[in-house]
Amino acid sequence: MEGRLVLLGGGSSGVSTTESAVLSKVEVVSEACSYPAESELELGLGLSLGGGGGSTGNTKAANSSWGECGRILTAKDFPSVVSHRTNNGGSSSVAVSGTKRAAETESVSHDSGSPTGVSQVVGWPPIRAYRMNSLVNQAKAQRGDELESGIGEKDKPKDALKKKLDYNGKQTSSATVNEKAYLGFVKVNMDGIPIGRKVDLNAHSSYEGLAQALEDMFLRSANSAEKEPLTMASKLLDGSSEFVLTYEDKEGDWMLVGDVPWRMFVGSVRRLRIMRTSEANGLAPRFNESNDRQRSKPI
Amino acid sequence: MHKKMAFSFPDEVLEHVFSFIQSDKDRNSVSLVCKSWYEIERWCRRKVFVGNCYAVSPRMVIKRFPEFRSIELKGKPHFADFNLVPDGWGGYVFPWIVEMAGAVPWLEEIKLKRMVVTDESLELIAKSFKNFKVLILSSCEGFSTDGLAAIAASCKNLKELDLRDCEVDDLSGHWLSHFPDTYTSLVALNISCLGSDEVSLSALERLVGRCTSLKTLRLNRAVPLDKVANILRRAPQLVEFGTGTYAAELRPDVYSDFAGAFSSCKELKSLSGFWDVVPDYLPAIYPVCSKLTSLNLSYATIQSPELIKLVSHCPNLQRLLVLDYIEDSGLEALASSCKDLQELRVFPSDPFGVEPNVSLTEQGLVAVSSGCPKLQSVLYFCRRMSNEALVTVAKNCPNFTRFRLCIIEPRTADYLTLEPLDVGFGAIVQYCKDLQRLSLSGLLTDRVFEYIGTYAKKLEMLSVAFAGDSDLGLHHVLSGCESLRKLEIRDCPFGDKALLANAAKLETMRSLWMSSCAVSFGACKLLAQKMPRLNVEVIDERGPPDSRPESCSVDKLYIYRTVAGSRFDMPPFVWTMEDDPSLQLS
Repeated sequence: MEGRLVLLGGGSSGVSTTESAVLSKVEVVSEACSYPAESELELGLGLSLGGGGGSTGNTKAANSSWGECGRILTAKDFPSVVSHRTNNGGSSSVAVSGTKRAAETESVSHDSGSPTGVSQVVGWPPIRAYRMNSLVNQAKAQRGDELESGIGEKDKPKDALKKKLDYNGKQTSSATVNEKAYLGFVKVNMDGIPIGRKVDLNAHSSYEGLAQALEDMFLRSANSAEKEPLTMASKLLDGSSEFVLTYEDKEGDWMLVGDVPWRMFVGSVRRLRIMRTSEANGLAPRFNESNDRQRSKPI
Repeated sequence: MHKKMAFSFPDEVLEHVFSFIQSDKDRNSVSLVCKSWYEIERWCRRKVFVGNCYAVSPRMVIKRFPEFRSIELKGKPHFADFNLVPDGWGGYVFPWIVEMAGAVPWLEEIKLKRMVVTDESLELIAKSFKNFKVLILSSCEGFSTDGLAAIAASCKNLKELDLRDCEVDDLSGHWLSHFPDTYTSLVALNISCLGSDEVSLSALERLVGRCTSLKTLRLNRAVPLDKVANILRRAPQLVEFGTGTYAAELRPDVYSDFAGAFSSCKELKSLSGFWDVVPDYLPAIYPVCSKLTSLNLSYATIQSPELIKLVSHCPNLQRLLVLDYIEDSGLEALASSCKDLQELRVFPSDPFGVEPNVSLTEQGLVAVSSGCPKLQSVLYFCRRMSNEALVTVAKNCPNFTRFRLCIIEPRTADYLTLEPLDVGFGAIVQYCKDLQRLSLSGLLTDRVFEYIGTYAKKLEMLSVAFAGDSDLGLHHVLSGCESLRKLEIRDCPFGDKALLANAAKLETMRSLWMSSCAVSFGACKLLAQKMPRLNVEVIDERGPPDSRPESCSVDKLYIYRTVAGSRFDMPPFVWTMEDDPSLQLS
């Protein structure tokens, strides 16, 4: 199939009737609201066909002010994958508007085809969260098996080892990339709130950041007045609040958040729970109110 | 004046005739013929399908169809599968259960997709419907094994419990024990999505043993391979089986036990599961392969040579789900072995890897399209594509009904010519006249949308990402695709003009999703004001949209037609355009 597409109904007259009908509808509408200069927007069917060059590109720099928000963006505004990771508690993807945030994003973006592009976009590639978790859990389990129980190479069939794309080796490093890029999303439940949320662990680099995000998530989304005071976050971690932050690790044990180095926590956490302190007894020595804190894992 | 034929048939006869009409579309058509047909039809409709739970209220459904026995509801937009819809958006089934509990006591079937189901809902189901038979939850969340225990304990006539890709809070593996010892009617059980907490194996074995009509059993990963033999031996009549983890120590006794149990299942047609595969255990299933029509290996991390051996044993395969470890060579083998193949899904094993980790390219897809004349449905993840390959595939497979291609890196051009892939996808829509579902990827300009608007007349669902140049692209689709029901778009430069110019189209569709596009808040308000039977929802976690200039783009937009008005269960980050005093336009 080559050359220009012949539209059904043929004849330029048919086309231009439609075109003018569309344009007139659009113009009526646009008078009613505030839009930026119309000249740059042409729905002329002849112009945009045949690829990117013909379209009405707005090549103004992206570091624009609020007034630029409404312009219709074109492919030129999207040199590459640009959105920040969106999450419940974190910043949202605002790549589309001509605001400063997009400018910042653009400044770090690369030409399309950048190898680091894919891992930074929310929900892309479009693989169900369930499947992603499963893939990564398998990779984790494989790595775990190899490291811990020493099953290692000898039980793996020779074929797999000889394969130039040894999925053991490659998959290991990819699983690390997977974790970093995707498995940041873990479920968070708070006692007394029926619906859980998901938080992106990779959007934070410390426990404090995470606690702050959780506070935003669970306090700000509450409408009623009987919610916890805003200082909940700082107290989540030091045990002085009515709530405490706990997590389930990959072995299924519930642990207090904050005992292990952050990276180790991210690697082993499966989900989080903001638990009432009263229910957290026995979870960690900390709650025995003893002064000398033991940092050992509960049995 | 013509005599009306309808007068010559008593209602019972018409009702009997209508009972042969199962499809919703046809039933809807029947109800439009005349008032009496509408009345008769509504009293005898037994299955209700609601594609968007917010398009209608439970009371309206019950009022119109007082005697239904089966209901199917869908909640969140499809992009929720990819974390694009924030948690708490909605899709709660509880209000529906409450209404039905009172008014439809003989309800037998509930099928839900992408809805929030709480334990409370499950408990209410268990309590309210004495003849409850089928519960199918697809991509649902919000419940725990406690809710499942309630179902198990109370639903004496339960036939199907199917949890597909649900997020279940695994509190205890003992929920299975809540099926009473007298309970024997189970026909299908799918617990493949349950977590790592072990399901009580002895309870499972006993359940399987006494339910002699069991045809479908899909286990979760926590069930070890060496225990599967016991289960299989109790259910040689199984037609569909999903293994748990497919790994075990390589011991001859374990292997022969397992293989023996497997070969006693002479009716098996469908296999799935296969987590953590140890390839040496694969030959155990060879004896059943010749009858297999469906094989889901999409969690099986096995390499191409094993996969080739496996598929070459399955000449009757109609449906294959597999990881890209199969590679082009494996797909070529598939093309020569499985001439009945209708559906193929190839998932990426390393979606975020920078370099390809396997040799899977457009060639594999071309090979299958060429060798499998019945191929109708494709989902294919790969890293490179060419217009030439797409045109070949289109010409080979004019019978495609579903074609979803995901080139992993956004905006990837034709690797041979460096051009956009417009022509390739254009060929798909031109040659595949019955195409109902299409997902695009790669470098695409407005031109591909022109092709789609021109040719894709039967297209019902279109997914678009990182494509197009201007509003013209969106305009082509909205004005040209006559059968369009669902349109979902992300990260495309589509804005107000095309949307507003095609406002009326939106009422003919189920829904439109646009995220990270260029639709302004002002346009949303205008659209809502012009189209009262649409709910225009702005999802924006940055805060209220009116705290920014009206010309500012909204983050996410979800528009759907509804006769139920605005919903009242919206979380704080969702805004509809109601009650906005500025919308006092003439």
